[in-house]
Amino acid sequence: MVEPLLLWRRLIGAQIRSQLQYRLSMTLDFVGSGLISFVDFLAVLVIFHNVPRLDTWGVREVAFLYALSSISFALTDMLIGHLDLFPQLIRTGNFDVLLVRPRSTLLQVFGSDFAVRRLAKAVQGAAVLVYALSALDLHWTVWRAVVLLASVPVGCVIFGSVWVVGACIAFWTTDGGEFTNAFTYGGNFMAQYPIDIYSAWLRRFLAYVVPLAFVCYFPALYVLGKPDPLGLPRFLELSSPAVAAVAALVAGLVWRFAVRHYRSAGG
Amino acid sequence: MIEVDALSKRFVVRRGRFRRERHMVEAVKEISFRVEPGELLGYLGPNGAGKSTTIKMLTGILVPSGGNVRVAGLEPSRRRIELARRIGAMFGQRVQLWWDLPLVDSFELLRHVYKVPADRHRERLARLRSVLDLDTFLQTPVRQLSLGQRIRGELAASMLHGPELLFLDEPTIGLDVVAKQRVRDFLLEINRQDGVTVMLTTHDLGDIERLCERLLVIDRGSLIWDGGIPELKERFGGERTLVVDLEEPLAPLSIAGAVVERVDGPRQWLRFRGPASDLTARVVGSARVVDLQIQEPDIEEIVRRIYAHE
Repeated sequence: MVEPLLLWRRLIGAQIRSQLQYRLSMTLDFVGSGLISFVDFLAVLVIFHNVPRLDTWGVREVAFLYALSSISFALTDMLIGHLDLFPQLIRTGNFDVLLVRPRSTLLQVFGSDFAVRRLAKAVQGAAVLVYALSALDLHWTVWRAVVLLASVPVGCVIFGSVWVVGACIAFWTTDGGEFTNAFTYGGNFMAQYPIDIYSAWLRRFLAYVVPLAFVCYFPALYVLGKPDPLGLPRFLELSSPAVAAVAALVAGLVWRFAVRHYRSAGG
Repeated sequence: MIEVDALSKRFVVRRGRFRRERHMVEAVKEISFRVEPGELLGYLGPNGAGKSTTIKMLTGILVPSGGNVRVAGLEPSRRRIELARRIGAMFGQRVQLWWDLPLVDSFELLRHVYKVPADRHRERLARLRSVLDLDTFLQTPVRQLSLGQRIRGELAASMLHGPELLFLDEPTIGLDVVAKQRVRDFLLEINRQDGVTVMLTTHDLGDIERLCERLLVIDRGSLIWDGGIPELKERFGGERTLVVDLEEPLAPLSIAGAVVERVDGPRQWLRFRGPASDLTARVVGSARVVDLQIQEPDIEEIVRRIYAHE
């Protein structure tokens, strides 16, 4: 269990050393990424400049949701965002190389890149979180703190699972990157707002099919001590870790199934 | 070492822009062969004949559609990880090394990927460094290596974990004469000295003639030859050519048992079968001959004939 992680760290280390060969490009990426995410949060403020509340949610509560989703998403993006380029690996047949090595292909794909620049987005998310926590008058309990801290890794696992399943599409289509983006980048965007503002079918889709509502909506209800505007069962607020575990398992199985349908490329 | 029995691979291909029709393409059709430990085997065939597809099924990259494969006693697609520890693979057109890092860093990473103990790694690397002459560019980032240097690096990378069996897909493609020779010397060395079984696909007939004792030829998915090179020459190269230099240019000679293939001034090329003595006597009797020469078909010519279905 530990050994694959050590290998992953080594592979990532190699990627970071590679990126350091292009120092200027890396710095510019980092700054650019930070600026974009700043503008991103402005969009939330613009909405609340025009309306006082979204359903029962005020600006501080939405900022809290936004921050939780952004941090989880940015960290996931940093770790495995290069899955966006996975269709290329399939199309060119370079996935062959991973298959002749005695390691899990998923581990090797995870270890094939590491986007330091995306840390900028997580930093911005953390800043928004600090603002939200200081502006909200929260009643802290141990369990609320635990749920808050756990929600970042749990969110990463959920986002990551969606990403992996999305990447699997490439085994059949040898493309399909944009379709996957709708669920990853699009999913992050949707998770930043309370799901009760969406129509019923979209809400169910987010809660039960692509379980992004568990990234921050349900944990946020618990931490904020807010009654669910939808009146859903209370246990959902604490079920994110279980949902993440199921999502990861499903993603792993889908990946295994998909690899057996790999067709390689001529040459 | 390798047992292949009625192995097939079918692909579904969709054609047409709007009304997409599904077509079944049989890339490999029920081929069977065995390879013993220590063999150095050439695998030949025109583009699209099914060479790479076969190699990919042997290495566990592709799942066969039918038939049985065993490599080192394992079923490749089901026991991929176990098999990967025991085989090496190098694809001339794919990069397995880390592009932006010094060559030696790739070797170190692969050591961890294959879980090779440090002392054994050091030993093997020392040997590969001298055989492949890597020392001058060991610290150079892979992206700055020449093709010849990179291929040597790739070969070292595929041998570092001490595989019993090495698959090479076009290892000498794009290399100059000197670099090709180096690769061939290396393959002979690991085959003879270390007893590594080698299976290589190539378009380079020089590779085949200098390296392989046995040849498999695949065409349109079917195995059309499995045997030695001399037997191949005999089977497909039964016809020889008599080159006749006449005193003066003449119309194509008409000699029983031979066909004039080409005329160039006073020189004519006659294709024939069987013993040369009778034919030579007939030629000398029918025209004034300055010189005679018999050409054996070379492997290039034979392969051309096989591919052209002559």
